Amino acid sequence: MDIKSLEDRFNEKIDEDVRIEPKDWMPDNYRKTLIRQISQHAHSEIVGMLPEANWISRAPTLRRKAAALAKVQDEAGHGLYLYSACETLGVERDQLLQDLHSGKAKYSSIFNYPTLTWADMGAIGWLVDGAAIMNQVPLCRASYGPYARAMVRVCKEESFHQRQGFEIMLTLCKGSEEQKKMAQDALNRWWWPSLMMFGPTDEASTHTEQSMRWGIKRFTNDELRQKFVDATKPQADLLGITIPDKDLKWNEERGHYDFGEINWEEFFNVIKGNGPCNKQRVDARKSAYDNGAWVREAAAAHAEKKSKKQAAA
Amino acid sequence: MTDLTKYNYVLQHADNCLILGQRLGEWCGHGPILEQDIAMTNISLDLIGQARMWYQYAAEIQNEGKSEDDIAYLRDAWGYRNVLLVEQPNGDFAQTIFRQFLYDTYSCYFYEALMNSSDERLAAIAAKSHKEALYHIKWSGDWVIRLGDGTEESHNRMVAAVQELWSYAGELIKPNETEAKAHEEGYGVDLSAIKEKRDAKIREVLTEATLEVPESTYAHEGGKDGRHSEHLGYILADLQFLQRAYPGLEW
Ligand SMILES: [Fe+2]
Ligand SMILES: [Fe+2]
Ligand SMILES: [Fe+2]
Repeated sequence: MDIKSLEDRFNEKIDEDVRIEPKDWMPDNYRKTLIRQISQHAHSEIVGMLPEANWISRAPTLRRKAAALAKVQDEAGHGLYLYSACETLGVERDQLLQDLHSGKAKYSSIFNYPTLTWADMGAIGWLVDGAAIMNQVPLCRASYGPYARAMVRVCKEESFHQRQGFEIMLTLCKGSEEQKKMAQDALNRWWWPSLMMFGPTDEASTHTEQSMRWGIKRFTNDELRQKFVDATKPQADLLGITIPDKDLKWNEERGHYDFGEINWEEFFNVIKGNGPCNKQRVDARKSAYDNGAWVREAAAAHAEKKSKKQAAA
Repeated sequence: MTDLTKYNYVLQHADNCLILGQRLGEWCGHGPILEQDIAMTNISLDLIGQARMWYQYAAEIQNEGKSEDDIAYLRDAWGYRNVLLVEQPNGDFAQTIFRQFLYDTYSCYFYEALMNSSDERLAAIAAKSHKEALYHIKWSGDWVIRLGDGTEESHNRMVAAVQELWSYAGELIKPNETEAKAHEEGYGVDLSAIKEKRDAKIREVLTEATLEVPESTYAHEGGKDGRHSEHLGYILADLQFLQRAYPGLEW
């Protein structure tokens, strides 16, 4: 078949919502865009382990400690599924990790903010996992099969994380004055970075149109951001804490909340590497990788010796 | 308190699980391979789960209206009864593996024996924990072999880990007064009966890993009776921070 007919068949499948599978023909740019998007998501999962792992040793009760361990372990699992989905597109996990370490590949900027109090464990679950769900639920219908299937598993766990985070916030908000202050402080720090998780405005977004056409993006950044604000404001009211945005008001006409201007200068600064923890996060990942090199080599060497022995026997 | 010996016996095991779980949790997000990061977090999670069963039972025996967290979080170092092994630092991956292996070779035979305890609660805790311990020893034993047999570097690192930790192996299977009494009363494990099996397992795995079993039988001890290394204070500083800074709250 010539390229033209291959392309026609690919487009037909996309139009009919038939999943594209690893062995199917696909345009180069579709493959490249998917690798960029899925690996960025995978990196976000494993870099995202770090800010929460920071509180495992200090979790205030055994139940919370167990839940924190389980949550961070889930994120590692999400990283695994997503790296595997990426590998079906013909790129090895090790290459993807090199790209993360060199700064060539990005990860979600939200994880470049520090976790300063226990309430951050609540705020991250509630807001960050909450925003992740908004972004990711539509991707369960992504046109690329392995990606869509990975997202189904991921989303189930993310919504559990979101409820768990909210429950931490609720416990703090029902607690002492100091605990309530902790919860408010965490909301103050995580609110705007959470809104930034949806990416630049539709006007400024470069990839949206093509990605929507390919069915690897289903809603625009601004649509998802609006959905998130609409869902989250009533939850903050329930907690009795205040979203740090004086322009946040219900707009009867639109049937949505209006909200204030995001500090895009901060957003682009953090993406460029100037966030409070960019360096620490990448350094932590690099040193885990570098310090683990001898372990990976040993495992490979042992496996080879073993298979030689078996072949000889 | 109705039975101080049983309370102390239960605490020893609760504290072993908690402190080792706390140590392993330090790896979370920093493991050498993503799959092994998950494995260590998973074992940590099992250990914290086991600790909770032990502390809940301790609280019942104590019968003073305290919760699992009151007991787990609100003692000074001398009140903790874990063995010295579990508070040793993670070191490199080889050291973490060998620490885990020494604990697992003890705990799987310990739980196996405890399943026959005359105390039903202990037998139930043992049955659940034994299943997990079998998985843990498979994991740590496989890694001892992989690293011992792998490359020159990994072999050397395993040799160093064995040297570093060997003197903490003895305390696990040497009964203190509490354990001796617990065995006499029929609910505790006879540690001398599991020693042989444990030693044989260690020998079997180290041999396959091309590592030597050290000859020294000198054992650091005291942890079970509250005499610890300098490391424990720092572990507790992290563990207890919130409970100490904001006493008596719900979290
Ligand atoms: Fe995740
Ligand atoms: Fe995610
Ligand atoms: Fe999550």
